[in-house]
Amino acid sequence: MSDLQTNDGKRPLLQRFMTSDDNLNRLIIISLSIFVLMAVLNSGRFVTMRNFRSMSYSFPELGLLSLGLTLCMITGGIDLSVVGTANLTSILAAKIMAEQMPADATGSTLWLYLALAVVVALTVGLAGGLVNGFLVSTFNIHPVLVTLGTWQVFSGIAIVLTEGYAVPGFPEQFLFLGNARLLGLPVPLYVFVVFAIFVAILLNRTQLGLSIYLIGTNITAARFAGVRVRSVLIRTYMSSALLASVAGLVMIARTNQAKADYGESYILQAVLVNLLAGVNWAGGFGRVIGVAIAVLTLQFLSSGFNMLRFNNFARDFTWGVFLIAVMVFNYVMNERKARREANLAADNA
Amino acid sequence: MQKLVKTHEFYVAVILIALSVIVGVVNPSFFSIGNLFALLKSNVVTGIFALGVLLVLIAGGIDISFPAIGVVSMYMTGKFLERIEYGGPVILAFLISLSIGILLGVINASIISTFKLPTLIVSLGTLSAYQGFVLTFVDTKIINRLTEPMVNYSRMEILRTTMESSGQTTGLHVSIFVYLVLALLTAWILKYTMVGRGVYALGGDRQATERAGFSIRKIEFFIYTYVGFLAGVAGILHSAHVRNANPFDLVGSELNVIAATVLGGATIGGGRGTVVGTLLGVMLITVMNNSLILLGIPSYWQRFTTGMILLIAVTVPKINEMRRESA
Repeated sequence: MSDLQTNDGKRPLLQRFMTSDDNLNRLIIISLSIFVLMAVLNSGRFVTMRNFRSMSYSFPELGLLSLGLTLCMITGGIDLSVVGTANLTSILAAKIMAEQMPADATGSTLWLYLALAVVVALTVGLAGGLVNGFLVSTFNIHPVLVTLGTWQVFSGIAIVLTEGYAVPGFPEQFLFLGNARLLGLPVPLYVFVVFAIFVAILLNRTQLGLSIYLIGTNITAARFAGVRVRSVLIRTYMSSALLASVAGLVMIARTNQAKADYGESYILQAVLVNLLAGVNWAGGFGRVIGVAIAVLTLQFLSSGFNMLRFNNFARDFTWGVFLIAVMVFNYVMNERKARREANLAADNA
Repeated sequence: MQKLVKTHEFYVAVILIALSVIVGVVNPSFFSIGNLFALLKSNVVTGIFALGVLLVLIAGGIDISFPAIGVVSMYMTGKFLERIEYGGPVILAFLISLSIGILLGVINASIISTFKLPTLIVSLGTLSAYQGFVLTFVDTKIINRLTEPMVNYSRMEILRTTMESSGQTTGLHVSIFVYLVLALLTAWILKYTMVGRGVYALGGDRQATERAGFSIRKIEFFIYTYVGFLAGVAGILHSAHVRNANPFDLVGSELNVIAATVLGGATIGGGRGTVVGTLLGVMLITVMNNSLILLGIPSYWQRFTTGMILLIAVTVPKINEMRRESA
């Protein structure tokens, strides 16, 4: 805040277009630059209705996974099991639809099976989140180790269930979730927006959200302030797993098949999205709007690379370098800010 | 004696022996010389990686980039030797590989120690960057025919014996001695050098370490460089053991290694962990994976069991701790 006051006189015009959040401003600038860069490199192909549509089909999966991670990171934890959760739950749903449901099911029978598939997926997802939250909060085990372990266990169960094969073929009514359009916009986009709003409300308007921020800022202080840390952490990891399960359903609806090892690289990208969004890895800070912009930014890059015929390996390389670069950049900016504030304090004194 | 019985290492050893006996009863071929030698050999690569993970965990970090360092070192070395059609002593292959490992370790170390960034996230980034770099800019093809010195090394065994039952010859591979030397070196560093004591101190209490006059930057720099060195050696050994150089290899094995180290008693950020514990943990994991096959359990169960082992290994000590506190 002190920052704003010092700059007030110097750049009133620019200020009008900027938010009061430094991190967010920076992110918007990065995002726009990448957009412009990709538009220039792929002139005539990037800024097209077709590309926008294809991008809005593909980013919601990563967006949903990232939002789950956001909640955990704000508490100072991390959830590496999101991809495992997404795959396990979507395979269960896939098995119900592709193997249990009679092939000639129509009308209410079909919808009943679809409902069953979705309910099973979400319930198992919540149970997985409960395990994560329980281990992290009750035994005070490092979230990295817990979720690395459950990631393997969830994926392991998924592999055992499918013996490594894909489970293909879902009814059209389910594929709607991943492929259809509503009022001209892709359905996955609606799913993402609905859940993003849900998470934003959870963080900003509920007691749980406040507790999540408090725990991430200072867990001891949160305890003394009467926050029921254990219950909050369990609910946080359950929310993360729920978002992951929804992401899983969108994934299989889009690809029309479920695989135990789908989207393993999403975990790196989800972490990258959160860091880019300015979510603090040590906890206490993070905003949904940032995550939304960050996931879009990554999608611009990804689609742009696709058009430039970058292969998957080049993309992995770029994600890795980008991840480090973002962190170093944030570090440098924060150091500068700290120095500026220290100078200011010295001047005032 | 009483002190020995109470250690974590003792429990791991007991479980290891118990498991071996069970597997041996179900399938007597477990105790054949051939299988024991093979077990020891399959310890080597996981074990050398685990020594690096041990240091990282003791100091309170977590690193998952070491398999990428291993595979990059191994593959680049393989490519280079193939290009020059190398025929000299195999030690050069080792030196090249471990130099590449050290170089990549230094990159990790510089990022972590200069910018004070979380180790997990840095290594997540470098894992992807290192492997992606090689696959994008070097090559993606497997080298199936290693150079002469590497092939010769892969056959270097001592105590060669011919098994009466099958008529196959088996021997103890020299890589095991490389592993032992590195284990001794690591134990010596941890126990008798200033930087080694610093590693423990750092995991115990970061601030106190700084106040005690340790340079956290230097300690962290040493840890991640050393991890790179070990990964370089593990990579080239792996290549010799499987007799190829595959740029897609090793990555994905990080969980197995971390599970082994945690099983051996290293606690993240607890400033605890010993080389003996790690050696036992690695042996236990190897026996478990090996026994899955001997007991006829399909290999697709492996990922599930690794995860369960890791979860149990991190949970049990915490339960004990809580019980002790409440008692």
